Amino acid sequence: MRRFVLIALPYAWLLALFLVPFIIVLKISLSDIKLAIPPYTPTLDFTEGWTGIKAFFSALDFENFTFLTTDDLYWKAYVSSLKIAFIATALTLFVGYPIAYGMANAPDHWRPTLMMLVILPFWTSFLIRVYSWMGILSTEGYLNQFLLGLGLISEPLTILNTPTAVYIGIVYTYLPFMILPIYSALERMDASLLEAAEDLGCSRLKAFWLITVPLSKTGIIAGCFLVFIPTIGEFVIPSLLGGSRTLMIGKVLWEEFFNNRDWPVAGAVAVVLLLILIVPIVLFQRNEQKQRELEG
Amino acid sequence: MSQTVFEPWNDPQAKPLIQFKNVTKRFGDFTAIDNQTFDIYEKEFFALLGPSGCGKTTMMRMLAGFEAPTEGTILLAGQDIAPIPPNKRAVNMMFQSYALFPHLSIWENIAFGLKRDGKSKDEIAARVAEMLKLTRLERFANRKPHQISGGQRQRVALARSLAKAPKLLLLDEPLGALDAKLRQDTQFELMDIQETTGTTFVIVTHDQEEAMTVASRVAVMDDGKIVQADTPARIYEMPNSVYVADFIGEVTIISGTARRDDGAYEVSFAEGQPTLFAESDTEFANGQECHLAIRPEKVSITAEKPSDRRNALEGKILDIAYLGNLSTYHVELAGGQIVKAQTANTRRLSRRDFTWEDRVWLSWTDTAGILLKG
Repeated sequence: MRRFVLIALPYAWLLALFLVPFIIVLKISLSDIKLAIPPYTPTLDFTEGWTGIKAFFSALDFENFTFLTTDDLYWKAYVSSLKIAFIATALTLFVGYPIAYGMANAPDHWRPTLMMLVILPFWTSFLIRVYSWMGILSTEGYLNQFLLGLGLISEPLTILNTPTAVYIGIVYTYLPFMILPIYSALERMDASLLEAAEDLGCSRLKAFWLITVPLSKTGIIAGCFLVFIPTIGEFVIPSLLGGSRTLMIGKVLWEEFFNNRDWPVAGAVAVVLLLILIVPIVLFQRNEQKQRELEG
Repeated sequence: MSQTVFEPWNDPQAKPLIQFKNVTKRFGDFTAIDNQTFDIYEKEFFALLGPSGCGKTTMMRMLAGFEAPTEGTILLAGQDIAPIPPNKRAVNMMFQSYALFPHLSIWENIAFGLKRDGKSKDEIAARVAEMLKLTRLERFANRKPHQISGGQRQRVALARSLAKAPKLLLLDEPLGALDAKLRQDTQFELMDIQETTGTTFVIVTHDQEEAMTVASRVAVMDDGKIVQADTPARIYEMPNSVYVADFIGEVTIISGTARRDDGAYEVSFAEGQPTLFAESDTEFANGQECHLAIRPEKVSITAEKPSDRRNALEGKILDIAYLGNLSTYHVELAGGQIVKAQTANTRRLSRRDFTWEDRVWLSWTDTAGILLKG
């Protein structure tokens, strides 16, 4: 009985907080828009018994999914989101790897401090941190004032409300998710492996490519997925920093839901997003599994 | 058929492969190696033996190129190796942790160094096959390091470091991670491989038995200095200091004063105890402090006072260490000095002659002990 409760608990959690909400969203995505509360039809009416349930299911259709294919806004938003997530992940990797490498090679007594500095931003609200970037990147912002003051530029740069600002925001926000798994992979590495590689004829750089990079691979993959997966659906960063020209699916979803009040189409957008995300999530799980097996 | 003895260190014509010339290594204030000069010859199996922190690992890391001497020069085949980085040296090292690349198979691990040399595929394959055969690892070529046993990993590490046919192979505590039985087998394997390949081996170890078994010469180190470098037999039989005598094997040290007594020395060590006699090549002045080192297996233990030996002491058995084939008796003399005596257990335990608290006589010949200055 205890065993049953122990197993049932996480399943109940998943059922209540993941599966049930998902079924509700799926149901809405199969419904039609209606000026009412809630703003869709049909709703399940048990008072009419069996015929009511039958009527309910016969009213559900894939109309909204078909609609997504008719307007090119949607697939463009998906593609654009994937592109932005992909580039942002690569940028985060380029920034994060050297930081993780530096941390792993820092003297032992420095490491807790460095780790603290990486985690510290989490203590402040994500929204406030992204919002503060507006103050830094805007035409009258700190960055432009600084560069103008140094005389490096004569005209203020337009960074806010461009894709560049979105990339800066994403790299900044998700950097710890990249650094931590890479750091943990690098930290576990035995330093004598690099000496062995050197001893066998590698230059330092070659040893880095042949030993350090492959041995931190699982950390790199984990970090990339941890950045890539949430970035695809990212809504706050593109809407605060990206302006109207940055097309991301998270923003489209927001507009469908709140501006158009078209819950069924918003539901369909969300379901498709989830289907797209399943691929990288499964790949991520597999990477984790492989790592666990390697560690035996 | 006459067999030439391998003793290049006694041959003034022999050219050493490695020469340490006044080498000093300091880490900040700490002197790890203190002004050392010595030679290692080709095809030697040279052991650096000492407790941890004595500088033996630093010595090896300087040969590999991971540390540079603070002062002095190291020559390899007559060439100063200081400016040569580790990846360009004809020296390979087998690491204490083995340092096998976990993401590569056994085959790829062994081929790693060969690939860096830009050898052709066929050459690499042939050499790797040869190494796998030498270390009897053919069956494991495609496994990853974590899929094989500790002993097999040790052999992979050896094969990998030998693959490039280095002039000099460095072994850093190569058998430390193996259990006692496997270690013994592997010691003989190492000697066989050293003989087959004709490579010069330098081994670092803190295990004196291991050093004695494998090495042609053993250098006993203490505090950044080589105290004595000689063949295992001479190190054991003729230690040049109390430190070496005490570090290698079991020994009893009796401290006293020396007095010349035609050809030998008479050692008085305690009030009320008979004097002892020992022959020695080392000169002692009358009344000079000296230390008599005597190995337990050279001490006889009897119930009656022997009539044929000058060195005879009476004592009480304090402790018996039973080692199976041998028993070591710790005998306490009247003044509190403890002398160890060892006998082979040729008879069953139940018929042992002596037991705790028995009064016995210990005796040895004039040539059994070594007289040391310090």
